[in-house]
Amino acid sequence: MLNRLLFLLPLLIFAVIAGYFTVPILTKKDPHLLPSVMIDKPAPPHDLGPLLEDKPGVGPEALRGEVKLVNFFASWCGPCRVEHPILMRLAAETDLPLVGINYKDQRDAALVWLRELGDPFGRIGVDGDGRAAIDWGVYGVPETYVVDASGHIRYRHVGPLTAQALKETILPMVEQLKAAKG
Amino acid sequence: MIAEIGHYALVLAFFVAIAQVVVPLYGAARRDTALMGFAAPAASAQFLCIAIAFGALMHAYITSDFSVANVAQNSHSLKPLLYKISGVWGNHEGSMVFWVLILALFGFAVAAFGRQLPDSLKARVISIQGLIGLAFLAFILLTSNPFERLDPAPLDGRDLNPLLQDPGLAFHPPMLYIGYVGFSLAFSFAMAALIEGRVDPAWARWVRPWTLAAWTFLTAGITLGSWWAYYELGWGGWWFWDPVENASFMPWLAGTALLHSAIVVEKRDALKAWTILLAIITFSLSLMGTFLVRSGILTSVHAFAVDPERGLFILGILIVAVGGSLTLFAVRAPALKAGGLFAPVSREGGLVLNNLILSVATVTVFIGTLYPLFLDAMTGDKVSVGAPFFNATFVPVMIPLLVLLAIGPLLPWKRGNLRAAVEKLWVSALFTVVVAGGILVLEKGAPLAPVLGFGFAAWVAGGVVTELTERIRLFRIPLGDSLRRLFNLPGAAYGMSLAHLGMAVFICGATGEMNWTRELVATARAGDTLTLGQYELVLEKVERSQGPNYFRDMATLNVSKDGVPYATLHPERRLYPVQQMPTTEAAIRSGISGDLYVAIGEGSDLGGYIVRVWVKPLVPWIWAGAMMMVLGGLFSLSDRRLRIGAPKRSRRRPAAPAVTEAGD
Repeated sequence: MLNRLLFLLPLLIFAVIAGYFTVPILTKKDPHLLPSVMIDKPAPPHDLGPLLEDKPGVGPEALRGEVKLVNFFASWCGPCRVEHPILMRLAAETDLPLVGINYKDQRDAALVWLRELGDPFGRIGVDGDGRAAIDWGVYGVPETYVVDASGHIRYRHVGPLTAQALKETILPMVEQLKAAKG
Repeated sequence: MIAEIGHYALVLAFFVAIAQVVVPLYGAARRDTALMGFAAPAASAQFLCIAIAFGALMHAYITSDFSVANVAQNSHSLKPLLYKISGVWGNHEGSMVFWVLILALFGFAVAAFGRQLPDSLKARVISIQGLIGLAFLAFILLTSNPFERLDPAPLDGRDLNPLLQDPGLAFHPPMLYIGYVGFSLAFSFAMAALIEGRVDPAWARWVRPWTLAAWTFLTAGITLGSWWAYYELGWGGWWFWDPVENASFMPWLAGTALLHSAIVVEKRDALKAWTILLAIITFSLSLMGTFLVRSGILTSVHAFAVDPERGLFILGILIVAVGGSLTLFAVRAPALKAGGLFAPVSREGGLVLNNLILSVATVTVFIGTLYPLFLDAMTGDKVSVGAPFFNATFVPVMIPLLVLLAIGPLLPWKRGNLRAAVEKLWVSALFTVVVAGGILVLEKGAPLAPVLGFGFAAWVAGGVVTELTERIRLFRIPLGDSLRRLFNLPGAAYGMSLAHLGMAVFICGATGEMNWTRELVATARAGDTLTLGQYELVLEKVERSQGPNYFRDMATLNVSKDGVPYATLHPERRLYPVQQMPTTEAAIRSGISGDLYVAIGEGSDLGGYIVRVWVKPLVPWIWAGAMMMVLGGLFSLSDRRLRIGAPKRSRRRPAAPAVTEAGD
């Protein structure tokens, strides 16, 4: 009997793992939207020092006032490199403020990265130990958040931004939030 | 027209698959030879249909037929031919067709070469193989049709992601897929054995070469991917513990365990249930590799299909496949007859320990990759797990494996003497101490990591050499006889030694790269000199020119080493206008002692260019070690004992010894 149970064990373990996988997907329709407990909550009030000398960092007050995108990035992150041209285009073609948070990065590497690929951000804060990222609910870089005028997180995009995600989800949401503000 | 033929062939393949699943399985249950005989032609027809579909898709890519949506989205008329071809599998839909093509190829291989297999086993294996195919064909036809048309057709395509336009990545996915999908055969054999209720050495003799082939391709595929990341991503790393890398690494670890446990089934008729379980787990992890990359749950550089509907479909396939096979395992495996007994200290014992350690390592990587998801599902907490986690957990887990790697092969089957084995290793122990001590002195005792790394590498290499000298009885019989023994060793023996030695070489490379890399970042103008260690680099010029589908800035750097001219390097920075994406093409000068790696960035406003220089010691050893493992796999595959297959228990066999006795 014990022997039989032993052979049942792999199935039981699998059932548990499969449950963990499926439950969040089935309860929240879109798995790409990693559920974030932070949605509709105020953005965490961290005071992040500036990365560049001539550009401000990200303090709690910086997240209020208008609708903006907050992008977590790092020079060591491949997908960040993939999405970077989209951020550059966004900066060039729209007046939507982009806030960068440089995540667990080396300052020099981040500076080189921005010089090499261009700097789309209006302000950049340094989150060297990843504390702020934990409070924001970042799973892994890159991640992008839509923050409204009152400083509340309204949307979370996991992974590299795509032209499609921008056009179909993020930009319409930004327009909506702007309109709501009136 | 040709695209429609391709689509039609896929639909046909789907219906052939249904017949391939049902008829042989029913035939095997009824012991009906005619129905079982249906398996082989069905598998051939299945392969033919999918090959036609794949050919049609490739035709669309080569002729740049942009009326096919898939081609328009992923190709461009100006793209070099190689990347038009690799574009076929460089996107989600095409890669799935490639996936089922390989799957059908393996099914076809069983049909074509499986003549000595018992009829019922063969029928069941092909049927299970067909079942996997059926699921994925349904997936392709319902959610990812590669032959969808666009009307009107665009004038030109959207081009392939430039990061993927690279020879390393042209061949990385096919290798990886052959590896992933190759484990399907081990899975089908495991399922068939559970249905039959019988596992014997003949079964293992069949499973092992296919597992070995899959493992060899997977090793090559992972290495190519890592090499690509190293030179293309332009920041000089070669392994990032990225979720997608881990997704291919987990089946590799489990597959390595399977490879070793199948030996025990073959030679000693033991560990049967465990080997079956490993076969299931290995293929499940391969499927999960597909799932992770495609569901959008985890994102990474090469996750090209981010689509929840597809993710759910694959999740469904995964749950049915894994859940179903584990249920069958729970019901049927306890009935498998236990085979040969062995003492804890024995070759079998060593291989069991090997399996345990590799399983723990797999679990470690599994947890590191998925723990953030679990935690999120459980508590909503978010954590990120990165390289520090894996360095702190995976590396220590692997250390006992390295210790064992030298000892295990010296233990005899059934019952061994640990002391005798360890005594044989005194030369290697001495070698290890000398190497570790040497590093300690050279490094002035600073960090312990390189001392340990090179020490273990020396221990493993010493163990391999000891095992080889034992085998050929070097210095105990005349040298000529020893050499003759060396040349007459079976391929599998060479394979083992090469693969194990490759491990030692790989450890040296990884240790050197991780501990001794030096880096320099500077802004340089033409004529400036940069110095890093013994290298002096002069930036001669940066020129702008045009490639087939990109613009490039190419730098020319004259490098001297210790004052002597050493190399001229041409790092590039490219811009692909269609996708508006820059890429870096690093210039690398490799030598046996390491790489000099130079990448160039954008010109700054002040008129200079950002130049990054790395001295990366022993990096070529990483690739060399991995290639030795691949070669080891190939040598082992060439072993004629595998080709001949298991001595089939011929019914006339009892008569044979009688004849020889009479002859004596």
